[in-house]
Amino acid sequence: MVELADLKTVGQPSWCPGCGNFPIWHALKRAIVQLNLEPHNVVIFSGIGCSSKMPHWINTYGFHGIHGRALPIATGAELANNNLTAIVVGGDGDGYGIGVGHFIHAMRRNLNMTYIVSNNQIYGLTTGQTSPTSDKGFTTKSTPTGVIEVPINPIALAIASGATYISRGFSKEMRQLTKLIVDGLRHKGFALIDVLQPCVTFNRKNTYDWFSERVYKLEETGHDVTDKKAAFLKSLEWNDRIPIGLFYREIKPTYEDELAQIVEMPLVTQRIEDIDIRPLMNEFV
Amino acid sequence: MTTGLIFAKVCSRAGLHVFDHAEYPSLIRGGHNTYQVNAGSEEVFSHVRNVDLLVALNKETIDRHLEELTHGGGIIYDEDKIPLNKEGLRREDIRLYPVPLLRLAEESGGRRVMINSVALGASVGLIDFDFGMLSLVIRDVFRGKAKETIEFNIKAARLGYDYVKSKGFEKDFGRKLPKVGGKKRMLLTGNEAVVLGAIKAGCKFYAAYPMTPASSILHLMASQERYFNLVVKHTEDEIAAINMVIGASFAGVRAMTATSGGGFSLMSEALGLAAMTETPIVVVLCQRPGPSTGLATRTEQGDMKFVLHASQGDFPRFVIAPGDVEECFYKTIEAFNLAERYQCPVILVLDKYLSESHKTADKFDVSRVEIDRGLLLSDKELEKIAQFKRYKFTETGISPRTIPSQKGGIFTATGNEHDETGYLCEDKIVRTKMMDKRFRKFEQAEREIPEPNLYGSKDAEVTIIAWGSTKGPIKEAVRLLDRDGIKANFLQITYISPFPSNTVSKTIESSKVTVIVENNKTAQLGGLIGEKTGKEIGHKILKYDGRQFFPTEIYQRIKEVLHNG
Repeated sequence: MVELADLKTVGQPSWCPGCGNFPIWHALKRAIVQLNLEPHNVVIFSGIGCSSKMPHWINTYGFHGIHGRALPIATGAELANNNLTAIVVGGDGDGYGIGVGHFIHAMRRNLNMTYIVSNNQIYGLTTGQTSPTSDKGFTTKSTPTGVIEVPINPIALAIASGATYISRGFSKEMRQLTKLIVDGLRHKGFALIDVLQPCVTFNRKNTYDWFSERVYKLEETGHDVTDKKAAFLKSLEWNDRIPIGLFYREIKPTYEDELAQIVEMPLVTQRIEDIDIRPLMNEFV
Repeated sequence: MTTGLIFAKVCSRAGLHVFDHAEYPSLIRGGHNTYQVNAGSEEVFSHVRNVDLLVALNKETIDRHLEELTHGGGIIYDEDKIPLNKEGLRREDIRLYPVPLLRLAEESGGRRVMINSVALGASVGLIDFDFGMLSLVIRDVFRGKAKETIEFNIKAARLGYDYVKSKGFEKDFGRKLPKVGGKKRMLLTGNEAVVLGAIKAGCKFYAAYPMTPASSILHLMASQERYFNLVVKHTEDEIAAINMVIGASFAGVRAMTATSGGGFSLMSEALGLAAMTETPIVVVLCQRPGPSTGLATRTEQGDMKFVLHASQGDFPRFVIAPGDVEECFYKTIEAFNLAERYQCPVILVLDKYLSESHKTADKFDVSRVEIDRGLLLSDKELEKIAQFKRYKFTETGISPRTIPSQKGGIFTATGNEHDETGYLCEDKIVRTKMMDKRFRKFEQAEREIPEPNLYGSKDAEVTIIAWGSTKGPIKEAVRLLDRDGIKANFLQITYISPFPSNTVSKTIESSKVTVIVENNKTAQLGGLIGEKTGKEIGHKILKYDGRQFFPTEIYQRIKEVLHNG
């Protein structure tokens, strides 16, 4: 049985005290334990940012890559060995800003992976600039007169892009967040868990209190998670009332399911010595 | 394009050596396109300036290429479309072979594009080759197309062939190609040879974004996906492509991507990630002229310095420049072995001329191929290690590696500086040791790489130094010089990094006259030689009009160098 102690590494998170990443870190570890996922069969991928350092603090295989590119790195690894459990973590700048192209394409592929986004609506590691999810009018170091654009809506974008498990958690709601991650990991297909993750240092607007006053749980409203239109309507709610929980779930074949080449055995276990290229050479004669 | 390939294949199947070369603008249809087939009973290494037979589908072709016709050369053309006479052309020495291409195409019952096949049949008739062979090649090349299409093409070719024979043109045309028979060779491009090499080397994952002249690697890899059990991914962009390759390699699979300069620019950041995480990757760069979009379908060797320095920071990388299709095959396999042995990026540098020109080659000797996966720990070896350190400091700088799913081999790869375990670390001593470790791997590599090839005698009057695809034209130029009694030799630099400084330095010291030949504006190899050896090569033969050197250009300019001293 996998225990929490198995997931401990030598280092301790360098996040600020009270950072919304701590509950996400705990929830992810609990989910791994709950599902009894052996650490050597799990890979946690990330890009760059505060939350992207997380792989260093969970004792599984990890790949802490470059800004915005966690999803393609995870995609390559997943296609090379689809027996692994691929978990991708990162922030809103990483995933919805510089990496938004990969985000959309990974979802439309319905790859079998779980993507947890620490969405704090600010750039933390670079000390407080606007992010793709910052609210309009939000003032930061890079937008002293207020953000002009409207924010990216990751939930609506995920519904439009073909993700098959679309949810939103909140750092203060650990029990729900853990369940969302567990269910996301169990889900066969692309699972998004967008997490409202207050940045206690640089985002003085979207605080724990700000969210606490607004969030409500979808599972308590009778929301039908198989109804795409209903999920889309829910995804548009923000400011006054913010839904958290599972928006949408759909069962359909994953990208890996449609690759006959890896249905029987992953690429990594296929023998590469003595590949016979003579038939192909003959085609050039 | 297909028509030219069919003609080349007919020559190849007749036992001839062939080199073919297409020039086309960056358009889907139209524009001035040429396809040159150079065939002979002796090995041919490049395209040539002068042609014996010109097939002209329009007047522009004749205007542009008339001066390239040899004495006694012939033109096949449609006289209904292009009225011609020798006096008007001011070329009394050439032969004119009017063939009603369009009329015969219509007669064949096919569409207007069948004029290509009519002209093909006429050309094969003119060199007096067997029609049966042509129809077989058409069937092979069009395999998979509708039966009707294939039959129309064969019928159109037959009409062209018979027309030439009925007029007795083949008796008039003095340029005969021998039918030597014998050995069956392949006819393939540099890109196709790279694919054969990659598949043989066990590349199981290929990700790329289409870009001329690298796209044919993607197409051929994709067509072999099911047969060889590969995963081939056309990604959203080149950034995704190289990062997927890094991910796949991290997970334990040999992986490759290919692109041209624009795509390589996008890949630059991840190249450094592969170096920092010590993840083996193979990147093929098929150069084309820049800057920016440049000349999208033409050729140039303008990216060497870029490749050597791409991405921030100092890190070692292999840069290998094959010069012909054989080297494309063997060096690709070598690239995969080096990448895994040294756990670093390997970049293979081709260019449009090498990527897209077909050359005959003997079937590759697969018995020579060895797969060396480097220090990849087995589960058994791993069990014996008390505490696995992925980036352990070793004498060679190479640390044994694990892949996900191996118990006891857990680590996190990171683009940040890290300690031996892979954990984030900014300590100044560790940083210095890690930089030294990554570079120490290259000290061994420098000793291991093969010496550059020196073609020709040691006591030559002139030594040519070059890299990559100019190899073919240079070898032909050396032949031409030899015919004039001028002894020339040729030092081909295949490993750009690590650079064979000693050999190059010694070669320069011992040669009477040294000339650098490069298909770029600034003599990038010349600059590198200066940097690595302190020696300046004064004589530079450079071309940067987007076209490859003709052997005669190199020949003439070397004669000028020797004449002017």
